[in-house]
Amino acid sequence: MNAPVKPKLRIATTSLAGCFGCHMSFLDIDERLLTLLDLIEFDRSPLTDIKHCGSCDIGIIEGGICNAENVHVLREFRKNCKTLIAIGACAVTGGLPAQRNHLDLGSCLTEVYLTEPGLAHGHIPNDPELPLPLDKVHPLHEVVKIDYFIPGCPPSGDAIWKFLTDLIAGKTPELGHGLIKYD
Amino acid sequence: MTDIFQLDGANIPFEPGQTVMQAALTAGHYIPHLCYHPEFKPHGSCKVCTVKVNGRTAASCTMPAEAGLNVESNIEEMNGLRRTLVQMLFAEGNHFCPSCEKSGNCMLQALGYDLEVHTAGFRHLYPDRPLDASHKDILLDFNRCILCELCVRASAEVDGKDVFALSGRGITKHLIVNAESGLLKDTNIALTDKAMQVCPVGVILPKRVGFSIPIGKRRYDQRPVSAQALDDAPRQADASGSCDVCEGTP
Repeated sequence: MNAPVKPKLRIATTSLAGCFGCHMSFLDIDERLLTLLDLIEFDRSPLTDIKHCGSCDIGIIEGGICNAENVHVLREFRKNCKTLIAIGACAVTGGLPAQRNHLDLGSCLTEVYLTEPGLAHGHIPNDPELPLPLDKVHPLHEVVKIDYFIPGCPPSGDAIWKFLTDLIAGKTPELGHGLIKYD
Repeated sequence: MTDIFQLDGANIPFEPGQTVMQAALTAGHYIPHLCYHPEFKPHGSCKVCTVKVNGRTAASCTMPAEAGLNVESNIEEMNGLRRTLVQMLFAEGNHFCPSCEKSGNCMLQALGYDLEVHTAGFRHLYPDRPLDASHKDILLDFNRCILCELCVRASAEVDGKDVFALSGRGITKHLIVNAESGLLKDTNIALTDKAMQVCPVGVILPKRVGFSIPIGKRRYDQRPVSAQALDDAPRQADASGSCDVCEGTP
């Protein structure tokens, strides 16, 4: 009798207020991606272009929360993913976008679109399709429960590989010296 | 006969007058610490070096060594508390490592790595702390200050200049510059001062030398802080008051 085929783990990924650098770093696992694909399949992700997250085992989110749409996507992931991972400095700490947090949002927009040279006839974008920016940028754990964090800007391919293979093997992921980085 | 106490089951000999931290480091046993520096009088403020002494918690940098003490340091209970302290420091300031030139040479960051701190956990405060770039050679970035007072102690005790002080209480406590204008340019601080060398994080920085060491070659890229603190113990200043191993600052 054949052994039952172990179902593949379903993984969704997205980038919120991030730069896709963590996704690029994920691709830095190179040919190990093929090994990974024996164990997992992708749901919503920039790699599949699926637009909404279905029921998943693992959700991986890059980037912090800077606008209303980010909050909706994050909640969709939390609702559908058994395990949610914040990846990269922005998802974990707010990162670069959060460097505006000590400034007033209104003055930021005014300076960028109205008063700075180069946009003499500019106006603050107000198309209804645009998600409204939040007053402050937040790391993911301030909005929903996050199960694991992979710090780094970005975390290296090796760190992501170690973390995911530990998790898939059912172990508590550990990074250790050389793989854990905040920069 | 030398007196002995127990640290995590090991016999630690000590001289009269030594603290638990001094004796442990001299004997080659690392206890995580941030505000402790072998060249200065212990400050006891960061509490990262907290250990259990005969079942009760105490800061090992200020706790006098005594014969027969049973000290527990490398246990999950203590490391868990240290992790929380480091997390609170990260949440309280603006520690944006990707843009910090002290990254890789920063003791707070290295301690976070060693304790496997993956997230600050708490709600980030994102305080508004403007820089002081007034001095022609030296930059102050208060966003990263952890209030260890090492610069205060170095400037007062070694340089004899009293350039720095802490002001305020509780959450409003902050580092200030001792000048009527409050600006570093109006002090007599110099690049060669001890106060320039002791900052464990990226607050006091010499200008125009940032990011000179490539990633992979920085101090804590090589080996974790737990391995290097032992090399430094006991760290001593040379005749000119400088200490090569002080957190990699040139």
